[in-house]
Formats: sequence, structure tokens, C-alpha cells
Amino acid sequence: MARVFIPTMLQPLTEGVKEVEFQAANVRQVIQGLEERFPGIGQWLTEDGRIKPNLAVAIDGETTSMGLLAKVAPDAEVHFIPAISGGGK
Amino acid sequence: MVSTAENKTQYKVVGTRPIRHDGLEKVTGQARYSADINLPGMLHGKVLRSPHAHAIIKSIDISRALALPGVESVITSADLPQPSGRVADLGEGAMMNPKFLSNNVLASDKVLYKGHAVAAVAAADQHVAEEALGRIDVEYEVLPPVLNAVDAMKEGAPILHERLYTAENPFVRPGGLRDDSDPEGGSNVASHFVFELGDLEKGFAEADVVVERGFRTKAVHQGYIEPHSATAMWNRDGHVTIWCSSQGQFAMRDQSALILDISMSQIKVIPLEIGGGFGGKTLVYLEPVAALLSKMTGRPVKVSMSRQEVFEGTGPTSGSFMKVKMGATKDGRITATTATLIYEAGAFPGSPINPGVQCMFGPYDIANGRVEGYDVVINTQKTAAYRAPGAPAAAYAAESVIDELAEKLNIDPIDFRVRNAAKEGTRRLTGPVFPRIGYLETLEAAKNHPHWSAPLEGPNRGRGIATGFWFNGSGPSSATASVNQDGTVSLVEGSPDIGGTRAAVAMQMAEVLGLPAEDVHPSVGDTDSIGFTSTTGGSSVAFKTGWASYEAAQDIKRQMIERAAYIWDVSAEDVDLTDGVFHHKSDPELRFTFKELAGLLLETGGPIVGSAAVNPGGVGGAFAIHIADVEVDPETGKTEVLRYTALQDVGKAVHPSYVEGQIQGGAVQGIGWALNEEYFFDDEGCMTNSSFLDYRMPTSLDLPMIDTVMVEVPNPGHPFGVRGVGEVPIVPPMAAIANAIKAATGVRMTNLPMSPGEVLKALWDSEESKNSD
Repeated sequence: MARVFIPTMLQPLTEGVKEVEFQAANVRQVIQGLEERFPGIGQWLTEDGRIKPNLAVAIDGETTSMGLLAKVAPDAEVHFIPAISGGGK
Repeated sequence: MVSTAENKTQYKVVGTRPIRHDGLEKVTGQARYSADINLPGMLHGKVLRSPHAHAIIKSIDISRALALPGVESVITSADLPQPSGRVADLGEGAMMNPKFLSNNVLASDKVLYKGHAVAAVAAADQHVAEEALGRIDVEYEVLPPVLNAVDAMKEGAPILHERLYTAENPFVRPGGLRDDSDPEGGSNVASHFVFELGDLEKGFAEADVVVERGFRTKAVHQGYIEPHSATAMWNRDGHVTIWCSSQGQFAMRDQSALILDISMSQIKVIPLEIGGGFGGKTLVYLEPVAALLSKMTGRPVKVSMSRQEVFEGTGPTSGSFMKVKMGATKDGRITATTATLIYEAGAFPGSPINPGVQCMFGPYDIANGRVEGYDVVINTQKTAAYRAPGAPAAAYAAESVIDELAEKLNIDPIDFRVRNAAKEGTRRLTGPVFPRIGYLETLEAAKNHPHWSAPLEGPNRGRGIATGFWFNGSGPSSATASVNQDGTVSLVEGSPDIGGTRAAVAMQMAEVLGLPAEDVHPSVGDTDSIGFTSTTGGSSVAFKTGWASYEAAQDIKRQMIERAAYIWDVSAEDVDLTDGVFHHKSDPELRFTFKELAGLLLETGGPIVGSAAVNPGGVGGAFAIHIADVEVDPETGKTEVLRYTALQDVGKAVHPSYVEGQIQGGAVQGIGWALNEEYFFDDEGCMTNSSFLDYRMPTSLDLPMIDTVMVEVPNPGHPFGVRGVGEVPIVPPMAAIANAIKAATGVRMTNLPMSPGEVLKALWDSEESKNSD
């Protein structure tokens, strides 16, 4: 089962629940699973059918560029974190 | 110096130090930078800038300027489409509020900082253009400015953007505007967010020692040598060509298209050599202005900034206010931490508060923590990225508190960090766990370095250390390479080269093909000649464009193996490439050198072009630890850096000389940030030190040799183990020097810069405090 972490600022929508576990094969299913449990949370994570561009999804510690299509392994950790852009050299 | 942790792979090209491909052009003055462009019939543009930090623009009368002989056009924001305040996706993952972006290029209803662009002129020469600026009549209603974040957050503070709301969520990009129908007033706080982990109450209850301190840092500029310049030609078919130097030709194209409200495919941006960027050349300033002036006149227009304009009109990094509280047990284990970071965004939202918050405690395994961030607008220049954006200030606060905890617990500061070090599997305070990282190996290298054990004798001298973390980045990147008949390869890549990446990218291609680095000729393509490539930033290029180059080389290798097999009439599966020689796996008679086969291509099926477009994962974060020895003059407060050593986990160093240069450059910029650099504003918000004479950056005369140690812990997520190296070296210096000053004087400096006046004041305050006790 995927282990999905709820960002601190969204925990009011989950009544304080910090993480949940459920079956999900990709990030789209992760968000569907979250929305089923915590109605309304999806609007903070997606926009126009895509992951919000200012948002990054980290699967097992690594940020993915595949958005909703990113594969989620059966026992993967999924985090939603603000996207980072760097400053260069 | 290289300290190799687990680098068992031997490469022929990667890890060597060839002469840089662009070296001759640069040292002989032949390289073309942005201001070197001159076109037939070209006009010269100049920008009128606000004399006020905060004012309503009541009216702009350009008639007297237009009447001046030689003036061809005068534009204001009224000539630009006024986009909405809705945050827009530029299509490649880059988010922009087009209204803010446009209004920073040319102010619309208000000016929000001294130096804010108000109008622009195109004229026959620069002198006429300058004279015309004085003939533009702007009527202002001057408003009180707010010049720091704490004042800006107070009730009743002057409001910069009447419709700006506070985004109480990290997933809302700062910069959202209320609908006009919303009666709620505006705020100067663009965003506020929190990360939490564990149980804070329990964590602090377990602590034997708790340290709590506040810190203040000032805005500092990237200090690139080359001022901004852009030349544009708006053709009659509606297509625009822009010549400029930037950290991303595609970013310049897309931002310009957004501001000009035309399709990105109507714009071609030709990248020129870049005389430094450090994050400061990721935003458009002049490009849309030059384009619009060209549209108005039908002629090419060049607009260049003076140094004063660079200081007053472009983005420094944020100043900050920070509070940190941290507890630890007697045996040196951190039990809990909290931090509040308030970053000044300048005139428009978008300080680097997010990366600051996320990097702050990156080097540590802390079970219980809470970090809170605020992005606050004030009446100064809109901030831009600067080398590891947000992380240096945050590390200054965190590493000062760490140092104080170690001191109170009488534990060696490196040992204290080792006991709390993040490693593979450590859960960061922001949630995700680390993959393979080299922080512990870097700490060990510091512990074993002769600098750490060298005696430091004499009065007023002290030694300090600090560490730092930066994520490193990736992103979409493209490379195309053509095999020439003489056996060389022409490589076109999409990343502007601001740190030696052209060589690092070419070397990765050469490694695959078994060629000398000199036989791969790299160049940076324009937006019509290479696939989309994300901005040169986030220490991403050697990783992502190196990867694109690696894949393009694999494409060439595959095609050339097929060609050799065709010539020999054997199966491609029986042919391989080893050390630059194509050979049959079992028949030693069948062999071609790369050059021999390249010479046969046109007559055996045609040229070979390899290409790749990637968006790779597998980024490896970077850690650094710096050791600084200082001597503080108690009479003047001046701090002299006596010795400085910078150690860093660099993954696999592709071109070690460049890596060492990046480490030294980052350390030097950090030392300037620590000791000298700051923006001075008068009470009206006017910058008073907008020249390199008064904005004091360190020179070679101010500094000792920066010794470097490259700890090679290869990144398992990259074919050659590459990690980004360019940004993390600016993260530790401020805290390392502050901790050294504490060791030298007994006084802990909590404000940057630690200029002679500030140090002297702190020494006197400390003395007064002792006397009053």
C-alpha cells in the first residue's frame, strides 16, 4: 500500500490526520484516494486536470516530473511539497 | 584536493581537466556578450526610472520627449497589454503572475521602488535617448514607503498592492490577487506556510539545553560583472528576434511572449555569452522593452543598463528576519527545533522563502520540528534568485544556533554535527527521506583535514565551521550532436553556460564516444535550433544537460555501430565501441577508429546526428562544510579572514578545476555577504550605494586562498554520478565566519553583514553588558 503524507497546511482538511495508506498505482489514483477520504483536498493539489505547476510530488524521496502519470510502487512514500527553482551559478 | 569516498569507476575523460572549449575566445576578447550586438540601422534605448520608492503615477506626458530630434519612440506600460493577476503556467512548469512580471518591466499605476522602470525611449544614439528621458514628464503622488518586512507586517503599514491576499498555503504561489468584488483589503504578506514533523512538546521536554536567537540579514546583489542588455528586431511578419545573455533563452522567450501577449513561437531568442548571472539573469527586464520599441520603430533596438541601473533596477536576494529555537540532550542529540523565517520579496511577491525553509535543517536528522515561512513585499527592488536561493540566510541562523549548542554542551562542533547528521534514509523535516548523500563523509573529511587540527595562535583570533545543504535541480533539457567527417562532433545544447557547463556537458559526450574532450565542440543553441531546455539554475546543468549529452552520445554510438555493421556486413549486435574504436567482438581484423568511420559516413548512408531530450530524475543533493579562521581588530571591528577551507560532496567531479572554481566562487560570495555587502537605503527608500565603489564586494586582496576539498560520493541517480556543485558553497560561509568571530571575541553576531561598524558595536555592547553585571 502506498503511504501518503498530508502536508502540514492541508491537515485541517483531514482533521489532523498526517498520513494515510491505500492502494494506488499512480499519482492520479493517490489524489483520487485522498479526495475520497477528504473531500475537497484535491483542489489544492490539482488544477485543470494536472498537478499544480508550483507543486512537486516526491515518490520515495525523489521528485517526479511525470505529474499524475507517475507510477507509485506498492509500498512507496508519496509527499506533496512546494516546487523549488534554483538560482544557478 | 580530491577525497574519494567510493569512486571506483575509472573514466578516460570525466574527471580530467582539459582546456575549456570557450577559453581562447574569452581570454582574447573575441567572445560576444549581450552588449556586443550591433545591427544595421539600430536604435539605442534608455529607460526612465522612478525617483521615488513608493508613488502613484498620476500622469505621464511624453510629448516633449517625442519632439526631440533623433527620438523615434517613447513607450510606457500603456503600450503593453495589461495581463490579469491570475497566476499563469508558462507551459513548462514555470509559474508567473503576468501582471507582476509586466509591471516590474514597466510600472503601470504605481511605482514600487526607486529605480522602477516607468518609460523607455528609442533614439538615434544613447545621448539623445538620455536627453529624451529628461523630457518625459511624470506626475507622481508620493506615498510613504515601507522598507523592511517587520514594518510591512504591522497593522497600518503602507500597502503596496491593494488586492494582494495572503496565501495561507505553500501550494498557492505567492502573488494571488483578490477579485475587484472582494471588499477585503490588501496585505503585504504574500504567503505564509508551515512544515511540521513529530512532537515538538515532547522534543523540547527531552532537551537538556535550549538555545533561542533572532537573526537579521540584508539584501545583497549577485554582483555579476556584465550588466543586462537586450537587442531586439520585430520583423514585419510579426516574428521577433531577441539577442541577450541570460540563464535561459527559453525563459526569456516565454516571459517576453507573456508580457507582449504574443505566441512564444513568434519569438526567437539568441543566447550570447553571459558575464555572470548567479540567479540574477532568470527574469526579463529589458527584453520586452527592446522588442516593443522595435515594433514601434520598425528598426532594431538595443537597450543596456548602467551599473547603477543594475543595482537599482534588478533583483538582489532577500533580506530576512529569522528566529530559531533548538534543544539538545547532554550527549549532543538534537531533540527539537522551531524556526520562523520572514523573507523580504521586494516590490512583488516571490522571495526564496520556500527553499530557505526546506534547506534550513537539511543537514540534520531531527525528529521533532516546525518551520514557518513568510513572503513579504516591501518598497525595494523585486528580489531575484541568487545562488542557492533562500538557503544561505537560513543556514546562517541554523548553524549559529547549532554552534552555540555545541559550545554550551562542550562538544566539538564537528562531532556535534556527526551525531545529528542526515544520511541515507533520514526523513527531512519537510517529509521526504534522503537517498544516498555524502554529508557524513564530508564531515569526516573536515575532521581529518589539517586545517581543523592546525594551531591557531594569537589574540583576537578564532576558528569557526558551518555546514550547508542545497537540493540541486533537474528539468527538461535537450542536446543534438552531429558527427563531422574529420571525426569530431559538433554538440548543440540548450543550457547557457555560466559556470563551465559547456565543458562538463561536452566531456560527458566525449566519455561515451571515446573521444578526447577537445574533439567535441559544444555550443549553446537558440530557441529555434535546439529543443526546450529549462533555465540554467538550481545547479542542474551538469546533471540534466550532461544527461541529455550522454543520451545523444548513446544515439550516435548506436547509429555508428549500425553503420560499421553495415559496412562489414555483420550483425550490429556483434559490434562494440571501446576507447574510441568500433570493433567486431570476435574478429580483430574488423575495426574502425571513430575518425575512420566518421570519414565514411556520407558515402555509406549519410550523416549521423544524435539527439536527446530528457527530464531526468535521480537528482542528488549537495552538502558543504567550511572552516574559517579569522582575526578581529578590536580597535576597528574589521575582520580579516586568515585561512579558509571549503569541503563539499561533489558527486563525481566531471571537470575538477571547474568544480574547485565553483566552490571558491561560492565561498567568496558568501564571505562578501558575511562581512561587507548590503544595500543602504535612505529614509525615502533610495539606494545610496549603487556602484561597485560603494557596494563593497571582496577582491583578491581581501582574501586568502580558498582551499577546496572535493569529496566524491557519486550520485547513484546519474550515469556518471554527477551532483550539482555550484550553489551549496555559498550556504555555509556566513555562519562559519560568525562562529569564527564568536571564537575570536566571545561575541555572537546575529546581524549581517558583520561589517567593522557592526562588530565594533557588538563588542562595545558586550563590554557594557559585562560592566553592568
